[in-house]
Amino acid sequence: MSLTRRDVEGIAHLARLQVTEQELPVYVDSLSKILSFVEQLSAADTAAVEPMAHPLEGEVQRLRPDEVAESDRHEKYQANAPQVKAALYVVPRVIE
Amino acid sequence: MTTTATNVNTGSNYVQGATGEWEVVIGLEIHAQLATKSKIFSASATAFGAEPNAQANLVDLGYPGVLPVLNREAVRMAVKFGLGVGAKVSRRSVFARKNYFYPDLPKGYQISQYERPIVEDGTVEVLLDDGAWKTVGITRAHLEEDAGKSLHEGLGAASGIDLNRAGTPLLEIVSEPDLRSAKEAVAYLKKIHTLVRYLEICDGNMQEGSFRCDANVSVRRVGQPKFGTRCEIKNVNSFRFVEKAINYEVMRQIDLLEGGGQVVQETRLYDANKDETRSMRSKEEANDYRYFPDPDLLPVELDAAFLDEVRRTLPELPDEKAARFQQQYGLSAYDAGVLTASRELADYYEAVVREVGGEPKLCANWTMGDLSGFLNKENLEIGQSKVDAPRLAGLVKRILDQTVSGKLAKDVFEAMWTEGRDADAVIEAKGLRQITDTSAIERAIDEVMAANPKQLAEYRSGKDKLFGFFVGQTMKATGGKANPAQLNELLKKKLGG
Repeated sequence: MSLTRRDVEGIAHLARLQVTEQELPVYVDSLSKILSFVEQLSAADTAAVEPMAHPLEGEVQRLRPDEVAESDRHEKYQANAPQVKAALYVVPRVIE
Repeated sequence: MTTTATNVNTGSNYVQGATGEWEVVIGLEIHAQLATKSKIFSASATAFGAEPNAQANLVDLGYPGVLPVLNREAVRMAVKFGLGVGAKVSRRSVFARKNYFYPDLPKGYQISQYERPIVEDGTVEVLLDDGAWKTVGITRAHLEEDAGKSLHEGLGAASGIDLNRAGTPLLEIVSEPDLRSAKEAVAYLKKIHTLVRYLEICDGNMQEGSFRCDANVSVRRVGQPKFGTRCEIKNVNSFRFVEKAINYEVMRQIDLLEGGGQVVQETRLYDANKDETRSMRSKEEANDYRYFPDPDLLPVELDAAFLDEVRRTLPELPDEKAARFQQQYGLSAYDAGVLTASRELADYYEAVVREVGGEPKLCANWTMGDLSGFLNKENLEIGQSKVDAPRLAGLVKRILDQTVSGKLAKDVFEAMWTEGRDADAVIEAKGLRQITDTSAIERAIDEVMAANPKQLAEYRSGKDKLFGFFVGQTMKATGGKANPAQLNELLKKKLGG
């Protein structure tokens, strides 16, 4: 399987990565190689295999009771934030 | 059933364009916030209206190293919905990550369900305006977490993020593209709204965003088998706006196609102030969500005992209740539908009937008529009614024992509503007691006959129509308080000579 330049540009954009013109062909090549490597799996016959959502066979999700156990600690958490105003996290303007 | 002035009633919902008829195809994605106390994957509170970020903990904030733990109650509510719409409830379902970047989504992904949702293949019956029932398919309903909120006021060139809502449990209910007009879409939306409140899994508050909807809308020429390209309308937060947004979008697409253009598949935002939809191009580029199973969460397995436990908690559902109302109270399908639109209204009505001890039709008329009229006028819910069920029953009883005429009872009701008193107090204070004393009515008739000799002569010479005139005059003479049946009977006798 081989990727095009456009594929790589798209993937980079979705991941918010800046890829330079020089880097692009390198990624096209190396990502295509990775895909080809993984593609060997499609040679295996999986018709009778149930798709697996998790490697922990036989384990299931534990459920917790619906109880509030957290208190308001926003000041502590917001000490990490680059910018805060009126208890809001401040980010570059996003509006449609 | 016309939706806009340009719609032509062809016995269906086809829309007349400049070059022919078009069929509208709509599917809805409804997001219902589940009424849990804590979030879907963390123990933060979900209460509406808290101070910004007071209810966002490390899990909600997406700190490294934290793990989500699923709320049992959210699962129970999703199962309850599935059972309520006769759907297949998956014994094994899986959570997936939906990846996109937005400031109100701290983790960079939303935990949702993709390939194995908890609920699949349900149906609801929707009563349309013309009295016909329509079955609408529910493709799936899945559990997911809500995102935070972005605020843009008073922050200059920046936006503020409140993550209190992040992690609130949502049930996303996806319909089949079965809806064929804005009106059908609203009828379906209202049905789901009724249902989630009956099931007590969502408070249904559209203003606070607890119940919201996106509409997928496309059009195709009548007879064409393939669906047209659809647009998704977001941000519609009232029943009225859903109808208006869809109607706008339908006409926009028809105009575009008839003008030789193409519909571009995109997300559009409804602007209620301008009554139009407009493109949200910035969201488009993120439309590749790269779903994959969330490695932080194991598959959810539900055993038969759990499903049975939930099944036992199912209340009488709206359709069952409406059928019972028709049978038990002899109501029409329409009346039964209106009275069962909310559980609270149905309970109110049944309390009135119980208190009166019968007369279900009269009780229905008062509940749906004057009571609903006042509620609508003041924009109140039934739970906020200024006349409670025992008081309305008190008034109905006074109509039945002829203390007050049906007509004057309306005045009594208005006074009960505005003054907060019971029927008897109002009737006494305003002297609205009905006159059932035969001699008093006869006296009034005699006076009217004496005062109108000309009309009396005309009536007696065959002008039957004047009977109404005498009824009116006598009623007026008694201040509207004469018992109408008695008055009619006595008048007939007296006028006959």
